[in-house]
Amino acid sequence: MFAYIVRRIVATIPVVAIVALFIFSLLYFAPGDPAAIIAGDQASPADVERIRASLGLDRPFVVRFAEWSWQVLHGDLGVSIFTNLPVTKMIGQRIEPTVSLMLLTLLLAISTAVPLGVLAAWKQGTWIDRLVMMIAVSGFSVPVFVVGYILAYVFALSLDWFPVQGYTPFSLSDPLPWLRNLILPAMALGLAFVALIARITRATMLEVLSQDYIRTARAKGVGQRPILFLHALKNAAVPIVTIIGIGFAGLIGGAVVTESVFAIPGVGRLVVDAILRRDYPIIQGVVLILSFVYVLVNLGVDLLYTLFDPRIRY
Amino acid sequence: MKRRTLLQGFGASAAALAAPNLAAAQGSRVLKFIPQSDLTVLDPIWTTAYVTRNHGFLVFDTLFGSDGAFKASPQMAEGMTAENDGKLVRITLRSGLKFHDGSPVLARDCVASIKRWGARDSFGQTLMAVTDELTAPDDKTIQFKLKKRFALLPDALAKSSSNFCAIMPERLALTDPFKQVTEMVGSGPYKFKADERNVGHLVVYERNAAYVPRANGVSDCTAGPKVANFDRVEWHVIPDGSTAAAALQSGEVDWWENPTGDMLPLLRKAGVTVTVQDPTGLIGCMRFNQLQPPFDNPAIRRAILGAVSQEDYGIAIAGDDTSMYSTGVGVFTPGTPLASKAGMEPLLGKRDYDKVKRDLAAAGYKGERVVLLAPTDLNVLKMQGDIAGDMLKRAGLNVDVQAMDWGSVVGRRVNKGPIDKGGWNVACTFWAGGDQLNPAGHTFLRGNGEAGGNWGWPNSPKLEELRNAWFDAPDLAAQQKLAQDMQVQVMQDVPYIPLSQTMQATAFRKDITNVPNGFAMFWNVRKS
Repeated sequence: MFAYIVRRIVATIPVVAIVALFIFSLLYFAPGDPAAIIAGDQASPADVERIRASLGLDRPFVVRFAEWSWQVLHGDLGVSIFTNLPVTKMIGQRIEPTVSLMLLTLLLAISTAVPLGVLAAWKQGTWIDRLVMMIAVSGFSVPVFVVGYILAYVFALSLDWFPVQGYTPFSLSDPLPWLRNLILPAMALGLAFVALIARITRATMLEVLSQDYIRTARAKGVGQRPILFLHALKNAAVPIVTIIGIGFAGLIGGAVVTESVFAIPGVGRLVVDAILRRDYPIIQGVVLILSFVYVLVNLGVDLLYTLFDPRIRY
Repeated sequence: MKRRTLLQGFGASAAALAAPNLAAAQGSRVLKFIPQSDLTVLDPIWTTAYVTRNHGFLVFDTLFGSDGAFKASPQMAEGMTAENDGKLVRITLRSGLKFHDGSPVLARDCVASIKRWGARDSFGQTLMAVTDELTAPDDKTIQFKLKKRFALLPDALAKSSSNFCAIMPERLALTDPFKQVTEMVGSGPYKFKADERNVGHLVVYERNAAYVPRANGVSDCTAGPKVANFDRVEWHVIPDGSTAAAALQSGEVDWWENPTGDMLPLLRKAGVTVTVQDPTGLIGCMRFNQLQPPFDNPAIRRAILGAVSQEDYGIAIAGDDTSMYSTGVGVFTPGTPLASKAGMEPLLGKRDYDKVKRDLAAAGYKGERVVLLAPTDLNVLKMQGDIAGDMLKRAGLNVDVQAMDWGSVVGRRVNKGPIDKGGWNVACTFWAGGDQLNPAGHTFLRGNGEAGGNWGWPNSPKLEELRNAWFDAPDLAAQQKLAQDMQVQVMQDVPYIPLSQTMQATAFRKDITNVPNGFAMFWNVRKS
């Protein structure tokens, strides 16, 4: 197992390298010029050229890529063109809100969706099943920003239960402010995820519940709860865990919108702002880190399989 | 655990979580403000971004300030003397000025700051062009030896728009003007808190306890005493308009610099003060690439004047509230001393597209493709692009509207080449009215062609001649006459077309008072 983990981590290196080359090339050849944005309307082409030179943007592709790669290998993601701050510092400031939002969303979504999916499968064809599926369809259909606005209007503006926007860093001594800031965004972001997981859970559970060993368990007098949660759910877990891993990418995309709606200073907003400004080092740094995280999540999912299905060995 | 105990625990947690939001219950010593955009660049000399200007005026002070009538008066300066027929100007600094690092403000700091600013700003460049020598003969005196009298020297140093003459310590001011200064040490009423900065989220300033406001004068815009009434000013970057409106209504923030037009009725209904503090507003401009056909032909550009409906632009941007936009806008900001209607007939009156088509044909337009750069990610620019595309099509031009983000537009528009090599023909933008008060800061009035001009590269020797004469004008009456002549010339050479003036509302809670007129300034503001 350990050797497998090491092999998988080593295998991420070429993946991340290809991502790095791809994103660097894409940004190099994409239209837009940060020097022109900085210089503003009143600048002459000579002014723009001087700013471009001072930022090192006038150098050839190969030189810039080699220099950036060398920096990355030394743990340095470069310096933001606009703020002149180290990219690692900027990402460091933003990582906690995004990770907090995603973890809370995952927690809320899994803890809601799996029981809902199990319930729907158990009560297949009843009004409960239809209600759960209606929630699932709604979750897929309503855009995350609409859900966000509705939640903010009802629970923040009208009822004044939660803040409209912002983020409070996590504190062990008083985690409530952190939680109050994140509840609404996590609910908004998690709705589509709930829908996805609930549907997959239901479908997989229905398949498992029709298996012979479930019928045998029932015949032996095993109760409904042990059948559902001990025998069926564990065997249905592999596809569910897979879909959670795949959904992680969707969560990253959704986090960008949610962070904007609730003014959470996360990585999503950082990279969107950087794209609009053409702040290349930030875009490259964030994409590189996210691709690495995504690879690690997939690795984690693969390892989780072994917990749920002992037949899987690496 | 018993079920009842568990439920009680859940109930207590939920109650704590959903306790009424107490964010508003901050002390009156903290001002929470939503800026127009994220503050990414700190150096007000390095960029022309208006948000950086607003930040700059918190941190840096200026030698002269400018009041609501655009009249310059001493700010850091104690006074100014002129000798030798106005060619030897000495400015003395007032006592007690200190930078945020505790060091005294010396004349050599001011000299270095003026030189750095003069390398980048168009008004500053004009001042430096007539300056033979700029020195600091002692710690209190800044001395200009000029080639000729330059009556606008205080106005230049009092410039209150982008690229204002921010005074910083010499060690920072010696930085290459084309490189950013990121250490924010000024002598203004508020200090920048670098340790609390979270780009894209939060910018914090704290009161500069060592700041000594002017003892005399009337506070107005950047002139007169600047009193810092808050211990902290926090800028909360909220990119989404609906969220910003909700945050203002709920009391999580005190002041939203530029609420979006669709939110104004909602904010008024919620009891928020919605007002226009800056009467100069924003003025839209249509710019042509004059190096490439068809707009290298002045007759074609003149024909387009007949197609422009300023009202369409005003309504598209500001809605149908006529108090929020103006038409009949010439090259100088309406309501300011140089504004007039001279030569504006082509822009006024009923729009006759058939006549425009005939004029275009007579001017030699043969249906060439015209590339319009249309940004889609900034509201005002998006509206301008939509209206311009429709207007040019109705005028009979073969318009290719190329939608892209703003970052792509600014990269694209410096391309002087033909459209089949990535060039462009027409694009719209807007500037603050404060940048179009006079020829000094009004870059689109330049006619210095490909060599010196900015994007569009109009060539108009007559316009340049009038501009140079304006700097030498002995009094306001002479300036106004030259300004009228310039406007007439603009309608002939058409370096650009003014589109409309739209007002930018600002919104703050009822307990906020004494907000200065002009752009977002934070001195003298109070919170009850």
